[in-house]
Amino acid sequence: MTTIAATPGDFSHEGDHHDADHKPSFFARWFMSTNHKDIGTLYLIFAIMAGVIGGAISGLMRAELAEPGIQYLQTWATWHNSMAGQGAASLDEAYHMWNVLITAHGLIMVFFMVMPAMIGGFGNWFIPLMIGAPDMAFPRMNNVSFWLTAVAFVMLLGSSFVPGGTGLGAGTGWTVYAPLSTSGSIGPAVDMAIFSLHLAGAASILGAINFIATILNMRAPGMTLHKMPLFVWSVLVTAFLLLLALPVLAAAITMLLVDRNFGGAFFDAAAGGDPVLYQHLFWFFGHPEVYIMILPGFGMISQIVATFSRKPVFGYLGMAYAMVMIGVIGFVVWAHHMFTTGLSVNVKMYFTAATMVIAVPTGIKIFSWIATMWGGSISFKTPMLWALGFIFMFTVGGVTGVVLANGGIDDALHDTYYVVAHFHYVLSLGAVFSLFAGFYYWFPKMSGKMYNEFLGKLHFWVFFLGVNVLFFPMHFLGQSGMPRRIPDYPAAFAYFNQIASFGYVIMAAGVAIFLINIIYSLAAGRRAEGNPWGEGATTLEWTLTSPPPFHQFETLPHIK
Amino acid sequence: MKSPKTLLIAFALALMPAAAGATVSPASAVPAEAAPKETAAPLPQPGEATDGSIATQPAAAVSDDGSLPGYTPMKPTAGIGMPQAEEVNFQEQFSENGKYAKNINSYILLPLCIVISLVVLALLFWVIVRFRRSANAEPSRTTHNTAIEVIWTLVPALILVGIAIPSIDLLAKQYDPAPAGAVTIKATGYQWYWGYSYPDNGGFEVISNMLPEDEAVARGEPYMLAADNRMVVPAGVPLRIQTTGADVIHSFAVPSLWFKLDAVPGRLNEKELTITKPGVYYGQCSELCGARHGFMPITVEALPPAQFAAWVRAQGGTMPGDEEAAPDAPATDAVPAEGGVSTSNPAALQQEAGQPGAATDVAE
Repeated sequence: MTTIAATPGDFSHEGDHHDADHKPSFFARWFMSTNHKDIGTLYLIFAIMAGVIGGAISGLMRAELAEPGIQYLQTWATWHNSMAGQGAASLDEAYHMWNVLITAHGLIMVFFMVMPAMIGGFGNWFIPLMIGAPDMAFPRMNNVSFWLTAVAFVMLLGSSFVPGGTGLGAGTGWTVYAPLSTSGSIGPAVDMAIFSLHLAGAASILGAINFIATILNMRAPGMTLHKMPLFVWSVLVTAFLLLLALPVLAAAITMLLVDRNFGGAFFDAAAGGDPVLYQHLFWFFGHPEVYIMILPGFGMISQIVATFSRKPVFGYLGMAYAMVMIGVIGFVVWAHHMFTTGLSVNVKMYFTAATMVIAVPTGIKIFSWIATMWGGSISFKTPMLWALGFIFMFTVGGVTGVVLANGGIDDALHDTYYVVAHFHYVLSLGAVFSLFAGFYYWFPKMSGKMYNEFLGKLHFWVFFLGVNVLFFPMHFLGQSGMPRRIPDYPAAFAYFNQIASFGYVIMAAGVAIFLINIIYSLAAGRRAEGNPWGEGATTLEWTLTSPPPFHQFETLPHIK
Repeated sequence: MKSPKTLLIAFALALMPAAAGATVSPASAVPAEAAPKETAAPLPQPGEATDGSIATQPAAAVSDDGSLPGYTPMKPTAGIGMPQAEEVNFQEQFSENGKYAKNINSYILLPLCIVISLVVLALLFWVIVRFRRSANAEPSRTTHNTAIEVIWTLVPALILVGIAIPSIDLLAKQYDPAPAGAVTIKATGYQWYWGYSYPDNGGFEVISNMLPEDEAVARGEPYMLAADNRMVVPAGVPLRIQTTGADVIHSFAVPSLWFKLDAVPGRLNEKELTITKPGVYYGQCSELCGARHGFMPITVEALPPAQFAAWVRAQGGTMPGDEEAAPDAPATDAVPAEGGVSTSNPAALQQEAGQPGAATDVAE
């Protein structure tokens, strides 16, 4: 672990060129930016907006699911139709709208909230700062990445206003399985959604190249790979996953386009294609994707736990290589998403065993975080609360992952709410907790203002309560047999669905507190010093002022 | 963009079961009144099942409880084969592999989940209390301990091996091929209903749509799980369940049998299933298949073999060995199209496909 023998101020800017802090005009600064910090800020604003939209969509879903029967869908579908200049919605259009909602929720949260926030936002902001670099390796490409993502998001939202088969919008699920997404969805909506994924994927590939080039070439003198902070390690591994996985997604969805528009038959059984081939391609991307969403979170949690325990990370090398191992194994377990497609017994046994292996490096990380705190001198500032919440909730999501890894057990749980519960525990209570932890941890650095500690802690407790009430009952629903992606359900499932919907309301209140906290802190927050966290915060970003100068490290720091 | 024809067909599809109920003739309603009394008990007496005498009768109109001569739909038993209110665990299992799998979860996986979660929680609590700043002002600088790192790598690995042994064994059991004498039933997923065909019994196909709420209630069945025509199978006999998809991917799933197999166009997936007890077992389509994905339930009715034979004959099908008794197996023009109940051969199915309420291809 890096220990930097530097105090705040050592790298401040007396010696810098006199116009180091000269900022471009508003338009040039925010629309033509080549500054990693500004692009990071853009990504974070974008991710918060996308998260609010994606979260609002899940609110619609929880409202509809609060009790058995179809309550609101037809009204909403009629509104939706009227926005596109069409008449009252039929029942099928209402049901189709449900599928549009689940599709949009999944795609928005994965591609336009978690990924932009973690990699685009915190990665852009803090990778150059943590490795002592002045900026990213390819600043203009960095800007392209962001604007491609923004256009992709507009494209996805736009797809919901054009026909997609039974109704308006793409109702294929975020997995876009053929043949539902080919012969099963006539109309331009699915094409638009696929283009949106192409753009978002291209943006991520460019970003990944940028991070790899930056981390491998632009570390400050003396910062060897084994001295990099763990957040940098996590983003490096993530960037390699992106670089290897996203082209496979691009290929798969391009094949969908060919099947849809140019008479192709990659996934059309009647013409010799195979629908299951699509699933193999999709999940060869899709499984690394789930680690793309969580690895930067692992990195952030490591920084935060060390900072607030005033102790270096325990087992630094083990932590770094556990992430590498998770990344590597992540590429050879994809078919556990396909246990019910009719795999042969040997294939299913292999994917069962390989999937369970992932629990080992994940366990190493959980225990190492606890060992980091062991013997420490822990202060429970807001970021640390989120980190502690993350560790426990991720453990809960992890053990249900071990259950699901068993191909024979999965026969009962596949495509049920148990799976929904599992991946929301690792994402909504894992990735999102780490995002909030990172946000509070670095908010003083990014904005130069302290967040409000009371509101931050209130946010944590309300959100923690809300997501647990929201997602824990879904384990019960899944074990009892409730399938995913249905707008209505047998009356027996009513009880826990209602509880889950109450949980949503609590969680939404938590998000409101978060937004209030941001506005309040930006407007009236106390000025933050360079290092507000004290001696535990040892990485290079804390040696700079808060916020850092527009251009930093024009004189490179030397790491001992 | 949806064509008006498609809308019309979809609308008709929605109304179809209701129409079937409405057009029942008074004559057939009378046996329907009487029949439930005989079968009020969960397990109808095998003796009451008919033998060949019924099979010689042409299959008559279907009454509004779905009964045919020689067959009355079994009443489901509350809490068996269906989810229960406030249920937190898996449903009670009615296949050997299902019982085995549920036991693996109950006695290995679930306790392990709870123990691991509690251990982590306890460690967190201990660390939070013992090493809070006010209790421990001076942090240690320990960053390595090889012994403990080896332990927390090896112990989870060994636990996983412990899980893998029964898990792999379960997989091997689930993939035991069906014996030669097994009854083959092919479930075909359509947008948005199921078709069950019986290639060993003359090849007829039963078309199974969701019952509307009022009819499900009238029949004493759970809405959204109940289908107008059930997949009737013999209990205690190995079944060879095959699945395929006619348009998009569906998934044939019955939680109380621990059974889920995707119905993929162009593929014929196959798995053995033996249902240990007669009864009604409900499931739902478990792969997103379009607008009405949530509304294509699966209702499996497992009957004692003799009653299954009677049901097959009531459908106009044959049992192995009675070719002489029913010469031209798919004698199903007798089955009325009126109820949209069942068709016995592909030609009839095709014919019916043109009518509202039967197979439609909405993609067009």
